[in-house]
Amino acid sequence: MTSAPAIICQGLTRKFGSFTAVDSISFEVAQGEVFGFLGANGAGKTTAIRMLTGLLQPTGGQAWVAGHDVYSEVEAVKRSIGYMSQRFSLYDDLTVRENIEFYGGIYGLRKTELHQKSGDLIERLDMEAEANSMIRSLPLGWRQKIAFSVAVLHEPAIVFLDEPTGGVDPITRRQFWDLIYEKAAQGVTVFVTTHYMDEAEYCDRVSIMVDGRIEALGSPAELKKGHGVDSINDLFVLLARGGKRGDA
Amino acid sequence: MTAVDIKALEKRFGKTAALEPVTFSVAEGELFGLIGPDGAGKTTLFRMLATLVLPTGGTATVDGLDVVRDYRELRNRLGYMPGRFALYQDLTVAENLKFFASIFGATIESNYEMIRDIYGQLEPFRDRRAGALSGGMKQKLALSCALIHRPRVLLLDEPTTGVDAVSRLEFWDVLTRLRDSGLTILVSTPYMDEAARCDRVALIQDGHILEINTPTGIEDSYPLPLLSVKSSDRLTAKRALERFPFAYSVYPFGEELHFTDSRAEPSVSEIKTWLHEAGVADAEVTVIRAGIEDVFMHRMPTVEGQTGVA
Repeated sequence: MTSAPAIICQGLTRKFGSFTAVDSISFEVAQGEVFGFLGANGAGKTTAIRMLTGLLQPTGGQAWVAGHDVYSEVEAVKRSIGYMSQRFSLYDDLTVRENIEFYGGIYGLRKTELHQKSGDLIERLDMEAEANSMIRSLPLGWRQKIAFSVAVLHEPAIVFLDEPTGGVDPITRRQFWDLIYEKAAQGVTVFVTTHYMDEAEYCDRVSIMVDGRIEALGSPAELKKGHGVDSINDLFVLLARGGKRGDA
Repeated sequence: MTAVDIKALEKRFGKTAALEPVTFSVAEGELFGLIGPDGAGKTTLFRMLATLVLPTGGTATVDGLDVVRDYRELRNRLGYMPGRFALYQDLTVAENLKFFASIFGATIESNYEMIRDIYGQLEPFRDRRAGALSGGMKQKLALSCALIHRPRVLLLDEPTTGVDAVSRLEFWDVLTRLRDSGLTILVSTPYMDEAARCDRVALIQDGHILEINTPTGIEDSYPLPLLSVKSSDRLTAKRALERFPFAYSVYPFGEELHFTDSRAEPSVSEIKTWLHEAGVADAEVTVIRAGIEDVFMHRMPTVEGQTGVA
């Protein structure tokens, strides 16, 4: 089986009036790759992610997500992806099972399939005893694990993680990366944003956006060597400080 | 002079303790950090100090005023920046600032030097609606609004959450300058690296304060030898270290692994040999000084499935 890239962007652009939020970005993400999508606030990351998740039409360029065209196959794009963020996560006052079934339903799983899969998931997470507990009563680490599992319940080819570890304690944060690696090892492509620069070092490759453009792209080791810096944090600061657009 | 004095302050919601009794004080002109993850109790503590939530036990004074009895007077002396963006999204940058000045009976003109440093960067966008600003700019506007009535004590609840690494650096530069001008600042953050910018910090987790000290004092408190291990094959190195008989904990730290040895005198060459035998040929092993994040993880109460070596 040949493995086509999970994501292809060619000159992808989004303008809002005279403002170019995303300015002709081009990159590919391989299947099963952990791809870190970095950038300062206001650099255009969110706009790019909205285009790649079928929520916003580009105004120029091309992109395919899991082989589907982001212009003409928006619904197929949405069915091929999972999405999780720290801010938009589980419902605190629904139980574990209710959350799983609610999100599974949104992702288009049929009732019988949903029942089967939520049962399997609860067993796999070893949470039978907590299945009927409210999410808010569970430790943060468990909630994160459930949120991630829910985002991949419908077996998407690609999962988008938008600042998944914001505000999370340092041990739970590291456990979350174990989950990411586990999923990537199964062939799922992971597209992740973070403001924790140590986490950038855990990605197979990272890109750094500045003023709507991708200013750096490569493995953390290549990027550090190529720019003569000791860490991705140093590179990020170097590139982001060069941005003219600032943070407005 | 003590700016904030907290004695056995606690907050319970029914049977749940959002904050166990905590006791500490903050000196005038001190930059004091509360470092801990979401759900640690930081916001609850700030809300009590900001006179927005009543404590269920203990006492607290800010600038000599009691947070319960003297709440009216105290509100004039406090600048409070809540964790969630609390400005008016439909008002412009300038309108928000004017509004916050006017509710405290102040004017922008008379107090402009308080905010020159921060608001200066916002002025080009003064007519933009606050809702249309992005993360770092919103946070600068919120700080300007919290400062415009010349408070004596500033309470900043997670001002840098969701903010990029460069904006975070700039924000802390501003806080340092405000501290140098004599303002007392209490700031909370989930970012461990920001602790180093504070005069003193409290590590907080699950409603408990784990430790209060200077950043250096906290780093010095790490009780075991800590080693950095670098290798091109991080995963194999991690697994091998986890099997090492004297492993206490192994955590990824960016491109390094931080390995804590349970013995007082670990041998670097022994660890290197162990890694070599596990197939890790290029390991660089060096003894390092612990950082705040190392200490925090070490001090975290062990939750099921959260041992370092698991």
